[in-house]
Amino acid sequence: MQIYLPIAEVSVNLFLLLGLGGMVGVLSGMFGVGGGFLITPLLFFIGVPPAVAVATGANQIVASSVSGVLAHLRRKTVDIRMGTVLLFGGLLGSGLGIWIFNLLTRLGQVDLLVTLCYVLFLGVVGTLMLIESLRALHRSKRTGALPKRRQHGWVHALPLKMKFRTSGLYISIIPPIAVGAFVGILAAIMGVGGGFIMVPAMIYLLNMPTKVVVGTSLFQIIFVTGFTTLMHAVTNQTVDIALAIVLILGGVIGAQLGTQIGLKLKAEQLRILLALLVIAVCGKLALDLLLRPSELYSLTQGAM
Amino acid sequence: MRRWLILALAALCLLSLPARAGEQVVAGLSQARVAITTDFAGSEILVFGAVKRNAPYPEEPPLQVIVTVAGPLEPVTVRRKSRSFGIWVNTASIEVDAAPGFYAIAATAPLTDALTFTEDLRYKVSVPQMIRAVGAPVDIPDAEAFVSALIRIRDRNGHYVVKEGAVSLTEDTLFRTSIALPANLAEGDYTTRIFLTRGGRVIDVYQTKINVTMVGLERWAFNLAHEQPLIYGLLSLMIAASAGWAASTAFRYIRG
Repeated sequence: MQIYLPIAEVSVNLFLLLGLGGMVGVLSGMFGVGGGFLITPLLFFIGVPPAVAVATGANQIVASSVSGVLAHLRRKTVDIRMGTVLLFGGLLGSGLGIWIFNLLTRLGQVDLLVTLCYVLFLGVVGTLMLIESLRALHRSKRTGALPKRRQHGWVHALPLKMKFRTSGLYISIIPPIAVGAFVGILAAIMGVGGGFIMVPAMIYLLNMPTKVVVGTSLFQIIFVTGFTTLMHAVTNQTVDIALAIVLILGGVIGAQLGTQIGLKLKAEQLRILLALLVIAVCGKLALDLLLRPSELYSLTQGAM
Repeated sequence: MRRWLILALAALCLLSLPARAGEQVVAGLSQARVAITTDFAGSEILVFGAVKRNAPYPEEPPLQVIVTVAGPLEPVTVRRKSRSFGIWVNTASIEVDAAPGFYAIAATAPLTDALTFTEDLRYKVSVPQMIRAVGAPVDIPDAEAFVSALIRIRDRNGHYVVKEGAVSLTEDTLFRTSIALPANLAEGDYTTRIFLTRGGRVIDVYQTKINVTMVGLERWAFNLAHEQPLIYGLLSLMIAASAGWAASTAFRYIRG
């Protein structure tokens, strides 16, 4: 059954879309990621214009993050104060990201930038995650416990310190703002929540306890992607409400299935699978850049 | 400007009519309006008609019928990739002033037989004639390559269709053909033209419009997104947030 998307002005198969949303939902349920890094390129592949895919992808992440953060709020694993500081940076970054996105759209290089961002970040994150999880798997076979490290680096020498009770931290607000701004830029350009960058940054750069990281990251992602969605809707009119509803519907059902599958696997195995998936998506996008494309020309509706 | 051109063309037609024996097209469409609904999956338009004659007609050269359906003309930017720093990047682009998003031609014979080059130039029938590209940048010497790329891409994805021999003509009087409109259709007025030719020269032209519009939910969403973007954006967010909340609540209920 075909469904006509009013903003994208393309007609796509309803079950294909539900399947896509569902598949990404399964992954997000299994691994606890938003899945934006998958949904946006997949939407490109089925013929949704990049601008619409990026804006609508952001809207879909709002839904999955709200669902996730409510669960974390009940378990009291959200550092709202830290989230607010990250959010402040995130909104700055998001505004800047939209501006860069519009500039590059006019120059015709937006596809390139989006693809380069994907290749770079998916490559780095995928490789790091694979190494880390292989090590963890190796370690858990020999001993049971993980060695705990406390870092005292340059991060602690910065001014403007603030207390974050839930995280048990007393640090400068500059690094969280910088991390937030960086993720905000990515969210606007790539249509992703940025959880896959935010989570490692919070653990390794800000030394936050792992149990509050996911909830806090989701908390600020809601607002950053919400702001991104609104900005895209107002400046470019590229949010497709019909596409978003179908993706959200599939995603919600998929997330439920994913959680069930996730419970049956070991944490390290899960992380290895996610790492391999991230590297596979990265490899496909990198090949598209490196190999000679079969069609050198591309069309864009409208004047420059 | 365009209105004057059309008037001038019409005057030309009228002037050239009496020279040939009065053969006229009488035509109809199976539908003059295409409504894009949520489950729109393309549409088939039947174009049919007859040739009206006031005098006995000549046997030779044979009568040919050409039917064209053109979507709204829009500017298109065509970009070309080339290799720089080891990766493939868009490096050159030209702007095509006006190209139809959809264009279909059906004819009783190959276009080159049914129409001379000068008549094609005058009536803009064939695909390359429909595309207007003037003022290519000076730094791009091969602007034609961009235009032919535009045609090639739209040809491949089924937006430009040429079906020679797809119009059936019975007893040199009754003709019919069907034009398939794809599912990925943009809104607008689709100009439908029917040409009668003999020996490559146009005898009569009949022109009408097919109106393609979104209706119902599609219409509503499209209008809201363009006229009230802030409200539309907030609505999208509200749907997303309440879907997230509903999912969370439902799953908690299921898990007990």
